[in-house]
Amino acid sequence: MRRLFLPLTIVAAGMFMCAPFLIDGAPYESTMGLVQKIFYFHVPSAMTMFVSAIVCGVASAVYLFKGRPAADRLAAAAAELTSVFGIIVLVTGPLWARKAWGVWWVWDERITSTFVLWLIFNAYLLLRKYGGPGSERLAAGLAVFGMANVPFVYWSVNVWRTLHPKTTVVPTLQPGMRGPFWFCVTAFLLFYVLALSARAHLEARRAELETLYLDIEE
Amino acid sequence: MNFVQTVWLVVRKDVLVEARSREIVYTTLFFAVACVLVFAFGFVNEGRPVTDAAPGILWIAIAFSGTLALGRAFERERQNETLRALMIAPVDRPALYVGKLAGILLLLTVVEVIVVPLVALLFHAPLFSRPALLAALLAAGTTGFAAVGTLFAAMLVRARSRDVLLPVLLYPITIPVIIAGVRGTAALLQADVDVPMARAWLSMLVLFDVVFVTLALWTFEPLMTE
Amino acid sequence: MDAPSRRRLFVLVIAAVLVLALPVLAAQPPTAAAQDGFVPVSRTAQQETIPAARLVVSAYGFVWVMLLGYLWSIWSRLGKVERELQAVSRRIAAGERRG
Repeated sequence: MRRLFLPLTIVAAGMFMCAPFLIDGAPYESTMGLVQKIFYFHVPSAMTMFVSAIVCGVASAVYLFKGRPAADRLAAAAAELTSVFGIIVLVTGPLWARKAWGVWWVWDERITSTFVLWLIFNAYLLLRKYGGPGSERLAAGLAVFGMANVPFVYWSVNVWRTLHPKTTVVPTLQPGMRGPFWFCVTAFLLFYVLALSARAHLEARRAELETLYLDIEE
Repeated sequence: MNFVQTVWLVVRKDVLVEARSREIVYTTLFFAVACVLVFAFGFVNEGRPVTDAAPGILWIAIAFSGTLALGRAFERERQNETLRALMIAPVDRPALYVGKLAGILLLLTVVEVIVVPLVALLFHAPLFSRPALLAALLAAGTTGFAAVGTLFAAMLVRARSRDVLLPVLLYPITIPVIIAGVRGTAALLQADVDVPMARAWLSMLVLFDVVFVTLALWTFEPLMTE
Repeated sequence: MDAPSRRRLFVLVIAAVLVLALPVLAAQPPTAAAQDGFVPVSRTAQQETIPAARLVVSAYGFVWVMLLGYLWSIWSRLGKVERELQAVSRRIAAGERRG
């Protein structure tokens, strides 16, 4: 991973620079026009947020049941990234909604559930920061519960009537839109992997610092 | 000592301790009633109650008073170091969890027995048109809330800032329970009662309960071990 | 609870979840065709006075700021930790030389 980090970063940066041109070249959606182009960053951010939530949940489960500190560091990194991508989703969504639906916010199931998921992972970060010693474990427990909520989140659209486009939108995209969309998804996921490893590396260095401080005290 | 015996002993202990002082029951009950009254003043429109608010107010009162009860119940354990004694005891850890959960559920049932008629009264809400379905919704919802709450309250016992962290952790996780409870109860309160809808929300609550009680049983041991 | 009975309980729970999920899924209300694909809402709560371009640019600008800002925050935190690590290592090395 170390050796690949720099080249992959360049690739990711390149992808993000190309993305606006690809998005510009994509066809306009018939009813929403220009504002629909927010979709190309909004949906990949949402996908990345869910991926991150699951990564955090799985890493937390591993930490809870196997006790591996590396898993805990990964979970902490993933939780922070879930929060970051959550902010992106929850800001770009209303910006799009304002034009498409005329309102900044609606309380339909999927939007609400995404907001709730974001709150859960913020609670994780609060718990880690203010819970005192041993809070890594407790936070891991919370993350496992948070991950169990993800299916309820994703599923809510398909079960209950809602204003939000159903999840079947993506497979039925027009051909002209598919290219830029999946390009953006790849760019976001690549960025995510890089940021995750960087953040986990930060946690590892912090842990080393802790051990050094403990050594001094002895 | 087998599972059921342990559960029974834990419940019996909690009930006995509570019966002597009745502190948590009275304070939680009073808080729930006060909650309902505050919301009643908040949501009254021109002297008439906002009937649409009844399900929401009911479930919010349950959630708030439930959080309070959980905090108090485990604070009592912490002060007397009884939780550590329980964990050292050679019993099934999941049985301890189920025992504490049963105790909290009993407490919340007592609270609901008072609060539900009170809400029906204050908001002229026909909550008792379908008593069985309402009882099922309340049971399933309270179980879901208490299942997560008992686990979180137990695991936070030794943490710093535990008083404020319990709601911070608990409310986002249990929002699906509250949503399902409120919407299910609301379906029962409509002019033409929407029984299939209420049943659908009820099944979602039951599914939530099964998933989260299982998760709690599974994670109780690693979370409570130091 | 020993491993075989724990596994049995696990299987039982999975079965219960699947059984319970069926009525929930079956209770799907009939979805109108308007639920598929992008469909604008016929009712508009406010006048759409904000031009689309402004919204799109704000959205993309915000995403850029967030992504780059987060990378920067990792970078600066890492720098701080690395500096501290160096300082502490120097202290330990100095202590060892003296000791």
